[in-house]
Amino acid sequence: MSEVEARIAQWRAALARSAAVAETDADELEEHLRDRMADLEASGLDQDEAFLIAVKRLGATDTVTAEFAREHGDRLWKQLVLPPGLGGRDRSLLEMIAFAAVAVVIIQVVRLLAEQSMPNTDWFTRNLAFFVLPVLAAYFVRLRRIPLRAVLPLAVATVVFAVAVNLFPFGGGNATAGLIFGGDPPQTLLLAAGHLFLVLWVVVLAAYAGGNPWPALRRMDAVRFTGEWAIYYVLIALGGGVLLLLTSLVLSPVAPDAIDDVIGWVLPSGAVAATIVAAWLVESKKSIVENLAPVLTAIFTPLFGAGLVVAVVTYLAAGFRIEFDRDLLTGFDVLMLVVVGLVLYGLSARDPRRPTTAIDVIRLVAVVAAVVLDLLVLGSMLQRIGEFGFTPNRVVALGFNVLLVIDLVVTAVLGFIRGPLRYGRMAAWQTGFLAAFAAWAAFVVLVLPPFFGFA
Amino acid sequence: MNLDKDLVAAMATPLVLAILARGRSYGYAILKQVHDLSAGDIAWTDGMLYPLLHRLERLGQVEASWGESPEGRKRKYYEITASGETALAEHRRQWVTATRTLGGLWGSSIPAGAW
Repeated sequence: MSEVEARIAQWRAALARSAAVAETDADELEEHLRDRMADLEASGLDQDEAFLIAVKRLGATDTVTAEFAREHGDRLWKQLVLPPGLGGRDRSLLEMIAFAAVAVVIIQVVRLLAEQSMPNTDWFTRNLAFFVLPVLAAYFVRLRRIPLRAVLPLAVATVVFAVAVNLFPFGGGNATAGLIFGGDPPQTLLLAAGHLFLVLWVVVLAAYAGGNPWPALRRMDAVRFTGEWAIYYVLIALGGGVLLLLTSLVLSPVAPDAIDDVIGWVLPSGAVAATIVAAWLVESKKSIVENLAPVLTAIFTPLFGAGLVVAVVTYLAAGFRIEFDRDLLTGFDVLMLVVVGLVLYGLSARDPRRPTTAIDVIRLVAVVAAVVLDLLVLGSMLQRIGEFGFTPNRVVALGFNVLLVIDLVVTAVLGFIRGPLRYGRMAAWQTGFLAAFAAWAAFVVLVLPPFFGFA
Repeated sequence: MNLDKDLVAAMATPLVLAILARGRSYGYAILKQVHDLSAGDIAWTDGMLYPLLHRLERLGQVEASWGESPEGRKRKYYEITASGETALAEHRRQWVTATRTLGGLWGSSIPAGAW
């Protein structure tokens, strides 16, 4: 590309950066620029001079884009409805619908089979994750056109986990029968089934990153994707919940018996289809949530920071002799996860080179408070284990909290070390440490059940 | 002589419609015509023409279609519509009134209806 062509491209990019200037408007303006340049060159100027004068005649970029914004104010609101008639996008819509349909068919077939094989639905519980997430991974394989040799390791990993989980003799063969007859299902089965979702999410992220299992550069992208996907999924779920509620309300006087059937068909279908729809929305509408995520973290980081500090002060004032039962522990773990999520998201939205701002200080305070709380939780947990011994649930809780404490402590320490690389290092540590969480999830699925004799 | 900014802005719409009433055209050609007709006295910032054209398109006074320039590049052509003709007639009536009034005071050198 010649120098002038490069400068034209640069000028065009500056115009197109404004949301009010559509791609076709940029085409039109570029055509105008080239016409003007051609006339100027015909009158004896060289290309460079012609470019300079033509650009000047078109007007300062920000004045022109401001004028476009006045006429096309609607464009400043990013529209969720994709413009019709652009072939590529139509196809992406069709692909999304096709994959969502596949996911729905799979879950409904499985559901009907599970109803048939009652009360022996053990296989359903252990494989639940396999009925949902591989479709999402396959969607990204298709979307990114990942070559077969890159798909193979992902498929092999999925199959290994599937074989292992299905060969494990949980609770002596028929686990959930116990559940049906009033007993508890084996802890190891529920733990493995739950953590499978995390393991398979890593597969989804690998597919999202184009088949690269642990892409250094795209880790933050994977984090952003996870967060945005979660936001969309929650929004869709809320809407779906309202829809189901209203449907049952409308049906209750005329066909009260049909409500369960309707929910049985609609709820699982909606829940799995939404995984694909949310992924598609993240892909096609990146810019909306790009704006939303930093706003959400900016609002909630101070709020959670204040909440955590109050909690720390209260717990310290009340003394350390607090009994942490299972519900309280779960609550605390969710709180810690939210803090980690806020920190990660906050870091993902910030330019690492920018100097420290108030929000960074607040974030650091929140992390330190979270460390103190988590140490309290760990202390109580160790005490329980000392008294009652290890159970699968306690091991999982302990391991998870140890990982959390390590993550948060290192984050806090990095936050206190001054230097131009501070925020880049924090982000790198946080994203890198996600591997430890993934490894732990794999451990819970593959190693923990045999260790406890599938109890 | 450079015309006052507000006056140029007020003239912009009738000027563009009047040029398009003579036949289908595109942005750059419209600007050249404005330049030639006013002997260079009316100078627009080129980029400002396009939001104006898009506004007229939204109001249904002009119709746009993509074509090709002789060099084979994409080019957006504009054509006046019936509603545009009506709007132009209204603009013309107002401008004639304005020029006639001022002309009456100044011992007009601008015969009404000449343009």
